[in-house]
Amino acid sequence: MQRYILSRLIQSVFILFGVLFIVFFMLQMTGDPVSLLISRHSSPEEVEALREELGFNRPLPVQFVSFMSNAVTGDFGKSIRYKQPAMDLIIERLPATVELATIALLISLILGIPLGLISGSNPGSFWDVLSRGTGLLGQTIPNFWLALILILVFSVHLGWFPTFGRNTWTFMGMTLPTRSVVLPAFSLALFTMGQLVRFTRSAVMEIRSEDFVRTAYSKGIADHKVYIRHILRNAAIPLISIIGVQFGYLLSGSIYIETIFSWPGLGNLLAESIGNRDFAMVQAIAFFSSFVVVALNLLTDIAYAVADPRIRY
Amino acid sequence: MTIPTEPSDVQPSPGPSSTGPTGTGLSVDLVQERGLWAFINLVRRLLVRDKAGIVGLVMFILVVVSAVFAPVLAPHDPLKQNLRFAKDPPAWSEGGSIKYPLGTDNLGRDILSRMIYGSRVSLTVGFFGVLIASSLGIVIGLVSGYAGGTTDNVIMGGVNLVLALPYLIFVVFIAAILGSSLINVVLIFGFTDIPIFVRITRGEVIKMRTAGFVESAKSIGATDGRIIFRHILPNLIGPIVTLATFEMSAMIFYEAGLGFLGLSVPPSVPSWGNMLASGRQYLVIYPWIATIPGLAIIFTGLGMNLLGDWLRDVLDPRMRRVKK
Repeated sequence: MQRYILSRLIQSVFILFGVLFIVFFMLQMTGDPVSLLISRHSSPEEVEALREELGFNRPLPVQFVSFMSNAVTGDFGKSIRYKQPAMDLIIERLPATVELATIALLISLILGIPLGLISGSNPGSFWDVLSRGTGLLGQTIPNFWLALILILVFSVHLGWFPTFGRNTWTFMGMTLPTRSVVLPAFSLALFTMGQLVRFTRSAVMEIRSEDFVRTAYSKGIADHKVYIRHILRNAAIPLISIIGVQFGYLLSGSIYIETIFSWPGLGNLLAESIGNRDFAMVQAIAFFSSFVVVALNLLTDIAYAVADPRIRY
Repeated sequence: MTIPTEPSDVQPSPGPSSTGPTGTGLSVDLVQERGLWAFINLVRRLLVRDKAGIVGLVMFILVVVSAVFAPVLAPHDPLKQNLRFAKDPPAWSEGGSIKYPLGTDNLGRDILSRMIYGSRVSLTVGFFGVLIASSLGIVIGLVSGYAGGTTDNVIMGGVNLVLALPYLIFVVFIAAILGSSLINVVLIFGFTDIPIFVRITRGEVIKMRTAGFVESAKSIGATDGRIIFRHILPNLIGPIVTLATFEMSAMIFYEAGLGFLGLSVPPSVPSWGNMLASGRQYLVIYPWIATIPGLAIIFTGLGMNLLGDWLRDVLDPRMRRVKK
């Protein structure tokens, strides 16, 4: 077990170094990173001054080493726009994104798993058709389009939710979400919900035909007990990995939703930074998001190994 | 055109297997299923059995037709601005006219015509993106799976690295650096999607490498090249075509997303993502400008997903659902 965790940990560290490498060389892709950072109207002297200031006049290997040694301490340089360390800005924006992703995950779990369970246990029924439809729509409706529709219906026409922005309230020292999170979280949740429905459905259908389920039924165990003890328990194990991956997706995939709802999170910061050609910021966000996703994958794999002894090797 | 069943030139050896009780049943079935007519018949039978497959195929064909015949089908010039008719609602709502069935945008351009032309961008990105990703992915996957050892480890290390990244963020990052043009978008999706094809190809190759038909081909002295091209590649067609359908649909989806952020094709080009992006600021007063183009994205995605589900059944006999 420890060996498995250790080997996955080493693998994750390697991946993160790979990410740093990619993030660094991405800016070099066009040949001259300074041309990305500066406006078209700058004089050659200004270009040279910026090159000097940001250290782009040094040889590439030197730049790479200094980038790497700064990056492992979390230093990605300053945002050109905000004149603040990029990492500080990320930490500042993080709570909003975590709030959005967590609520979205909860919505998709609460709706997706029961729907998948019902449809997997009654293939061909009305609920099955409904949940397969949901799964399909979750994969095909773009979340940015859904967000626009939700705004039109629930904010503009019904006035139930604010059209944009994030409000919070503080209760006993905790920052809690308000209804401003509902529409963005729901738009973000759609895809994950579809995945969960599809996945739960097929897991339940598969497990239902296993020998141990037939044995349980033949022993005369009541339906609901078979479901809880045998089917649900076995379906839960692969669900862990899906949920882990999906949480990573939700944390890093909210660019559109945060832009549409002016949600003050990382996705919004990324879109803004791209608009401002603030590439130090973009590099930092890309690395940070990769770090979160890799860490989540690692945790998921460990949880998986704890839950299912067959996976350890 | 071949159904990926058993490779054609590995005949059961005339020794014990043909006289044995097991050898005969399978080969008789195979002989009956051979040939173009049998294939067409099989496809027809599978289509009739799976109604969703027909629907998906029809939807996909409609999108392809609208892309190919856009100049004929579009009632107006998609670029022609006519401020006198700007922000006209669709024909079914009050104030709309049949002249602009889906209304006009903020500059008075016909939304229907722009949607029809937009299918060209989406399908170009999807088709060429998948072409690049699948051709390179298959080659790399074949090498990785067939060679094994260090080569395999290095390739899979790279593949796992790319697949561990948050895809959307990196696509947006690259698009912002390269600048917006159709070719850049195709290249971005084509190259970032290679790992998925590598992984599927490699998985299939490793499964097949130890399969009976490859071992028997080896034992009669077939070269590596022959094994790869005659025995392994034909068996890859099923999973790859299925994956390609889903990936093409995903690329169309992501292209629209990039367009929505203004990072896809230049704003003057009619594309579904661009239309959504430019209509967003008029959402509250003129909602159709932003919402109607989204229907095209959903329509295409729905069609391709239904088609993909069906293709998985048709092209991969092992996955074929037994429906009665």
